[in-house]
Amino acid sequence: MNAAKCVIALVACLLTCVPAFAADAIKIGAILSVTGPASFLGEPEKNTLIMLQDQLNAAGGVNGQMVEVIVYDDESDVNKCVMAAKKLLDQDQVAVVIGPSISGNTLAISKFFSSAEVPLVSCAAAEKIVRPVDPWVFNTPQLDRHAVTRILQDAKAKGYSRLAILTVSDGYGQAGRSVLKELIPAQGFELAADEVYGPKDTDMTAQLTKIKGAAADAIICWGTNPGPAVVARNRVQLGLTVPLYMSHGVASNKFIELAGEAAEGLVLPAGRLVAVEQVPADHPQKAVLEAYVEGYAKAYGTQISSFGGYAHDAFALVMEAIAKGDSAKSTDIRDNLEKISGFAGTSGVYTYSPENHNGLDESAFIMVTIENGAWKALN
Amino acid sequence: MDPSSLLQYLITGLTLGSTYGLTALGFTIIFNTTGVINFAQGEFVMLGGMMSVYFMHSLGFGEPAAVVLAVLGATMAGALVERLAIRPVRDCPAINLIIITIGVSIFIRGLAMLLWGKDTHVLEPFSGNQPIMFLGAAIMPQAIWVLVISLFLLGALKMFFSGTIHGKAMLACSFDSKAASLVGIGVQRMVLLSFMISALVGAVGGVILAPITMTSYDVGIMLGLKGFAACILGGLGNPFGAAAGGVILGVLESFGAGFVSSAYKDALAFVILLILLFVKPSGLFGLKDSKRV
Amino acid sequence: MIWLAVFFGLLMMAPALLPNNYYLTILILGCLHAMNAVGLCLLVGHAGQISLGHAGFYGLGAYTSSYLSTTVGLSVGLSMLSGVALTVVVSILVGLPSLKLKGHYLAMATLGFGIILSILFTETVDITGGPSGFVGIPRLSLFGFELRKDVTLYRAVAVMLCFIVWLSFNLLHSRVGRALRALHTSERAAEAMGVDIARYKLLVFVLSAAFSSIAGVLYAHYLTFIAPSSFGFMFSVELIVMVVLGGMISVPGAIVGAFFVTVLPEFLRAFENIEVLLFGAILILCMMFLPDGMAGGWNRLWSWGKARLSGVTHG
Repeated sequence: MNAAKCVIALVACLLTCVPAFAADAIKIGAILSVTGPASFLGEPEKNTLIMLQDQLNAAGGVNGQMVEVIVYDDESDVNKCVMAAKKLLDQDQVAVVIGPSISGNTLAISKFFSSAEVPLVSCAAAEKIVRPVDPWVFNTPQLDRHAVTRILQDAKAKGYSRLAILTVSDGYGQAGRSVLKELIPAQGFELAADEVYGPKDTDMTAQLTKIKGAAADAIICWGTNPGPAVVARNRVQLGLTVPLYMSHGVASNKFIELAGEAAEGLVLPAGRLVAVEQVPADHPQKAVLEAYVEGYAKAYGTQISSFGGYAHDAFALVMEAIAKGDSAKSTDIRDNLEKISGFAGTSGVYTYSPENHNGLDESAFIMVTIENGAWKALN
Repeated sequence: MDPSSLLQYLITGLTLGSTYGLTALGFTIIFNTTGVINFAQGEFVMLGGMMSVYFMHSLGFGEPAAVVLAVLGATMAGALVERLAIRPVRDCPAINLIIITIGVSIFIRGLAMLLWGKDTHVLEPFSGNQPIMFLGAAIMPQAIWVLVISLFLLGALKMFFSGTIHGKAMLACSFDSKAASLVGIGVQRMVLLSFMISALVGAVGGVILAPITMTSYDVGIMLGLKGFAACILGGLGNPFGAAAGGVILGVLESFGAGFVSSAYKDALAFVILLILLFVKPSGLFGLKDSKRV
Repeated sequence: MIWLAVFFGLLMMAPALLPNNYYLTILILGCLHAMNAVGLCLLVGHAGQISLGHAGFYGLGAYTSSYLSTTVGLSVGLSMLSGVALTVVVSILVGLPSLKLKGHYLAMATLGFGIILSILFTETVDITGGPSGFVGIPRLSLFGFELRKDVTLYRAVAVMLCFIVWLSFNLLHSRVGRALRALHTSERAAEAMGVDIARYKLLVFVLSAAFSSIAGVLYAHYLTFIAPSSFGFMFSVELIVMVVLGGMISVPGAIVGAFFVTVLPEFLRAFENIEVLLFGAILILCMMFLPDGMAGGWNRLWSWGKARLSGVTHG
């Protein structure tokens, strides 16, 4: 009986723990995958938002008002993402929402924002998010299309004609796969093989063996850690020398750590955040990039992750819209976002419009390779 | 399909399958002694790998020391699980115990996430990265370690169960625990021992596989699932069947990915498992069950 | 029956007590989970079988109805009915060979089946939209009226839940229920007495699958978006947890268990990093100290209270 009382008391305690919020600040909601398989996106994104919120408030806020960022963790799960969206819209009544971190989650909740008339600035890169344009949904990362275009440009320059693709069976890989299958034949290449691996798979030698049999000139691997690291290692273990392209999903130091020596010589498109020192001093993004790297190191004592940049840009763009339009009302934020032009962010230079809610093109990417365990920008 | 590809698939399948087999062995040992399916078995495998990473990278031990400490640590974890979560509720119906082990697996996962983060980690292979080319297929030295250590462990367990007094006592508990306690066997102690041995076996599996597949806090789920499937495939309760089931499952998966479709390889393995169960309800090597009515 | 009427009344009044729409979402999800749990309770608690793949039926109903109402263009009502019908057929096909298995082998068979379905949902991208999910499902509409407001949809869901509960109750108090009890106590003895155990096992299996698929179609047309991750192995495990936490043989217990497991993460969210830890700990503690589930705990509380009262009056 005592034990049962303990359980009841414990549950009652938990029930009374409701977080309290400050009043009269501009409320910005955020849904990020801080835990779960996409935590490599959500954790730096959340840290970035908190850092920017603190920096902004220390400098007096925007339009004289403080800013409060309410972050919910969707644990990389679509259900929790939907619940978080409803909470932000119905309970917290935020002016704008940043996130989610992944495409599947973004697509799940975008309808809620059109009906609530609140803008959503997603940190996910799927094309479906911004094409066709939903008046209330924006995104900040470079699109998969831009990444594939850059890879194919590089492949064409090197004279490859048969390409094999190896994609992960999750939202990110699936989106990449459809863009790859569209652009590879369109650019005059031949699709030698189309292999898939699961997000939790730990061995891709079977798929690579099949690709080996298909005699491709190069392999394009599209996924996020740890899969591509396994692919890189398996490739070395099988003794394959076929060139291997990666997607921007692995543009992080974690990938180099996981893949170890197998990462040497791999080529991929990446935002300029991975190699800030190699960006020329006169580049419009240089100042923003350096400020971000410095601020993050000061606030958290660790290196930035290029994925955190997506949230950085989302926040900066929203603040720009609020400041320029001198209004924190949802409809005004949306209208003013569409007016932003030539805004230098960490992922690229943004120009939004009513027809373009992504704001970037291929020039937001640089091609990089890994040399001696570090990123090297290619030209 | 050239023979070198075939050989490559086979090698991959055997390597992967050995780990499934070791996990399945862990399931079997606990099941044999207590009749409970320990859903936290996969987490012992995870603990083996993650603890090695921790000891080696955070505390700076050399790899052999880190590995041994990790296995010991996981064994201790197994003992703790038995003491804190299983022993107090020994007389519960089986389904309650299953839910408790599910709770334990969630708890251990949460603990690992808290202590070591959600990242994936690499463990260095025991003897380097250079593949050995054999008849056109590449064999990783680590894969050889996996096969050798798995066989060794299997042999050691066989000797333990049929040769030592403790092993025979554990078997006695699985046949009839009341009779076992009547002849003076400390059933509770045997249960504790079974958990410790299962954790040890699982952790060894985790440690030898981690250099090949990398490890993170949530590798336990899929491994536990496949280990359970391997158990059933081989016939629940039969250690040899569990090991064989694991290897068969790994090879099926590898060939499925190679010949049919990499996307559906797991589905394929399960379809074959289902068909097998319908044809032979007690698994490949399961003993025909006879019950008194 | 009285408590069912009271329960229905409570459900109907609940929206008025909630501060905002967000809690309504939780309530709706709780009701849908409860539908799943009630069916599973009949299967596990009463018929003594086990299913570790019931999320598959939940998903099959949802995806079928979504596909039919968008790509094929059928009306929402017809799609939902077809979704349930297809799931029933599949459950018969799966149940016939599977229910010959016992115990852990049956668990494995249902587990395998659930995983196969889950992989199918993820990989057949052209039909299901793959891992990114199925977008653009039409909202639930009854007799031509689209239930746009969440409150109205909630009421429809609550009515369905009560109907399912009523159905289960009637089943348990009929000869089917008696046959199930005999089956659970001893299959051999029941068989010897002439009870067609195979038929009854299949009946309960299919019925529980039907309940899950009903919940599934409602889920799809409520959220207007579904993704394979909602219908995986983890959810099947959650369903079993709901049933066992509630008290395996108790239908009201299953409902309480369902709401508990649905609502608990909301409160644990405040604890961020240790949320997973706490969930596991609560699960273990509940099972240790409430082995008959919450229904059992409630019964004990009730009888303890009654004993106290009678002690006082006889004092």
